[in-house]
Amino acid sequence: MTEEIIIAGFGGQGVLSMGKILAYSGVMQDKEVSWMPSYGPEMRGGTANVSVIISDERISSPIINQFDTAIILNQQSLDKFENAVKPGGMLLYDPNGITHHPTRKDINIYQIAATDKAAEIGIAKLFNMIVLGGFLKYKPIVTDEFIHKGLQKSLPERHHKLIPENERAIKIGMEIVKPYHTL
Amino acid sequence: MANLDIVKPENLVYTKTKVLTDAIMHYCPGCGHGTAHRIVAEVIDELGIQDKTIGVAPVGCSVLAYNYFDVDFQEAAHGRAPALATAAKRLNPDCFVFTYQGDGDLAAIGTAETIHACNRGENITMIFVNNGIYGMTGGQMAPTTLVGMKSATTPYGRNVALNGYPLRITELLATLPGTYYVTRQSVHTPAAVRKAKAAVKQAFENQKLQKGLSFVEIVSSCNSGWKMTPVQANQWMEENMFPNYPIGDIKVNGQIVENVDINRIVVDHPLTVVNK
Amino acid sequence: MAKELKLMKGNEAIAHAMIASGTDGYFGYPITPQSEVMETLMAEKPWETTGMTVLQAESEMASINMVYGGAATGKKVATSSSSPGISLMQEGLTYLAGAEIPCLIVNVMRGGPGLGTIQPSQSDYFQSVKGGGHGDYQLYTLAPASVQEMYDFVFDAWDIAFKYRNPVLILSDGAIGQCMEKLYTRDYMPRWTEEERRKNAPWGTWGKPATRGHNIITSLELDSAKQEVFNHKLQAKYREMEAKEVRYETLNCEDADYIIVAYGSSARISMKAMQMAREKGIKVGLFRLITLFPFPTQQLKAVAQKVKGILTVEMSAGQMIQDVKLATECKLPVEHFGRFGGIIPTPTEVLEALETKIIK
Repeated sequence: MTEEIIIAGFGGQGVLSMGKILAYSGVMQDKEVSWMPSYGPEMRGGTANVSVIISDERISSPIINQFDTAIILNQQSLDKFENAVKPGGMLLYDPNGITHHPTRKDINIYQIAATDKAAEIGIAKLFNMIVLGGFLKYKPIVTDEFIHKGLQKSLPERHHKLIPENERAIKIGMEIVKPYHTL
Repeated sequence: MANLDIVKPENLVYTKTKVLTDAIMHYCPGCGHGTAHRIVAEVIDELGIQDKTIGVAPVGCSVLAYNYFDVDFQEAAHGRAPALATAAKRLNPDCFVFTYQGDGDLAAIGTAETIHACNRGENITMIFVNNGIYGMTGGQMAPTTLVGMKSATTPYGRNVALNGYPLRITELLATLPGTYYVTRQSVHTPAAVRKAKAAVKQAFENQKLQKGLSFVEIVSSCNSGWKMTPVQANQWMEENMFPNYPIGDIKVNGQIVENVDINRIVVDHPLTVVNK
Repeated sequence: MAKELKLMKGNEAIAHAMIASGTDGYFGYPITPQSEVMETLMAEKPWETTGMTVLQAESEMASINMVYGGAATGKKVATSSSSPGISLMQEGLTYLAGAEIPCLIVNVMRGGPGLGTIQPSQSDYFQSVKGGGHGDYQLYTLAPASVQEMYDFVFDAWDIAFKYRNPVLILSDGAIGQCMEKLYTRDYMPRWTEEERRKNAPWGTWGKPATRGHNIITSLELDSAKQEVFNHKLQAKYREMEAKEVRYETLNCEDADYIIVAYGSSARISMKAMQMAREKGIKVGLFRLITLFPFPTQQLKAVAQKVKGILTVEMSAGQMIQDVKLATECKLPVEHFGRFGGIIPTPTEVLEALETKIIK
């Protein structure tokens, strides 16, 4: 198993930390992982993205241009990465703010209205965990147990009391994610 | 009385400190470096710290200072001695660390390292020999060259419009909270040497207090660079250098000394003309 | 910190390895993309645990000279920076080499020239192994290609640095520095005791006891005859490194028709390109340089005898390719592929370059 993922959106949406939690969960589940961010001024309000690879084998390149899954959180990122999904791969996106929806017919596309849901139930800061839940619903490459351990490892200890809330947000994400176009 | 009768321990009035090696100094006759070296070495000897002293030599006339001091020594790149001393002291806090630098090294190319070591309050001693000229490279303008003073690169005299003003870096450093003791001395008369030595001793002893950096400027002559005889050079120094670089303590125990005006600006001080 | 499995960035791994390897001092200046090194050290507060000194200097010139001053006392002292900062350090590096001071410098490369970009690049190869500063000198240069190697090479660097009394350069790039991967940390090695320091660095300026003469650390020798003898001694040291300390890795070179030569993150990208080529039935191998100086000349020459062509991959205009051509004595086609200015080549591009430039 090798899953090559791109997570892309605005800086401040929790793109990098979502990737880190996913990667750390992979580590805890004894997978090989890599987490390769875009960095620099982009992180300060512009677009941010991170490639995460989770694999049973030694990872060759942490820098990749074709992905099994693209998790897309704004229009610019959708425009940039829609065509980078491998045929038969998966595109998960939040329709909030999206005017030009994905058009590919050779991949599975799912929508997750995480922005709206997070605002609705007052957990804006856990928006990214809702999205992660949506991903894990269709690609359960790491199990709940190891997500828990991943959260423990990647969150500073003073935030450990928030782990149950994070896990609840993941569950919500699994519930609200819906197919947009499937093969 | 035969010579051998005189050479007896009870007749000994002065001897070279063991902290100076027997290497013959390369300094020009009349130069202040030899005396400055001697008082630093004597202080190290008298404080009994030869085995825990680390010296840092500059680039300039005193580049070979390490050959003359019998203590462990590092030779720095031009201007970087305070950076070397910073790390040497921080990694060896029980050692006494000093830099020995000239005006070009300390106040031109190494200004950043000087100011920041002083501002961090490194517990080191900096000995700054100011003769207003680049001696080793052949008498070019230094940051401390006086207005109107001739040098190889100011053959018609330092021109403020072209070269700016002499840098009184010692006064500047005294304003920094990281300096604990800042003084300006000279070594051209026996009385001056005694005072300079007391200042150097204070500057080394201060390292034990951990209260900041101790800085001793020694205004010196460069008779070769100034193209004078040693006696003329000393006289010229008194008449021209001292008004610009007044001798005495500037900051003691972390406080600016009363009646010292560190903001005093000297411009257009008439140079005493010497036969050249 | 004991032996543990962690997920961390290459830059963070450097910092943790410095603490764990008994480094005495770190002096640095912030620059993207390596600022996490000093940030991690400051957050870890090693002065409270191992006693390591960490100081933010006023410039890269100051930090490399602080390395000089600290390391000249026989302690393990390190700095890190990125390309423009390393350029500023070149004066310090040649002095360190000339004064034979063991120390560690980490360059997390970004794109140039000039202020360039903050994105990854590998265009400092010449600066690293062909001089950089003035005079005939070499830095032992390690090129990590993973977060684990960023960590492990710090330990290796100290062994080499003190064995040869020579500065060691870890030449990384923004991709490896910013990438997070699994990392197995090691048990702490305590910092040297005073006795160990004096034993391992008898030349150090740690205060002259009555039992020895004064130790002088300098790169100055006004007597040309003596300076020539000293240069011969340095060259002999470099030749010994070439004979004993070459490191490289080969993957699938045994049956390869073509090989890619690369180091650092380019080697990782090339590994993926190699796998893609093998899936297409093209027999491609990877020769990964681990030491850039000493360069694995003989080893590469031996591997090259069995192949039809070589592609070098480097995020540059083609610097390392010169050494590959020298090693293979221009007996087979050697072509370069790279991207500039912080653009990281994709595995697909590498494979395309291999097919168009070498296989044809």
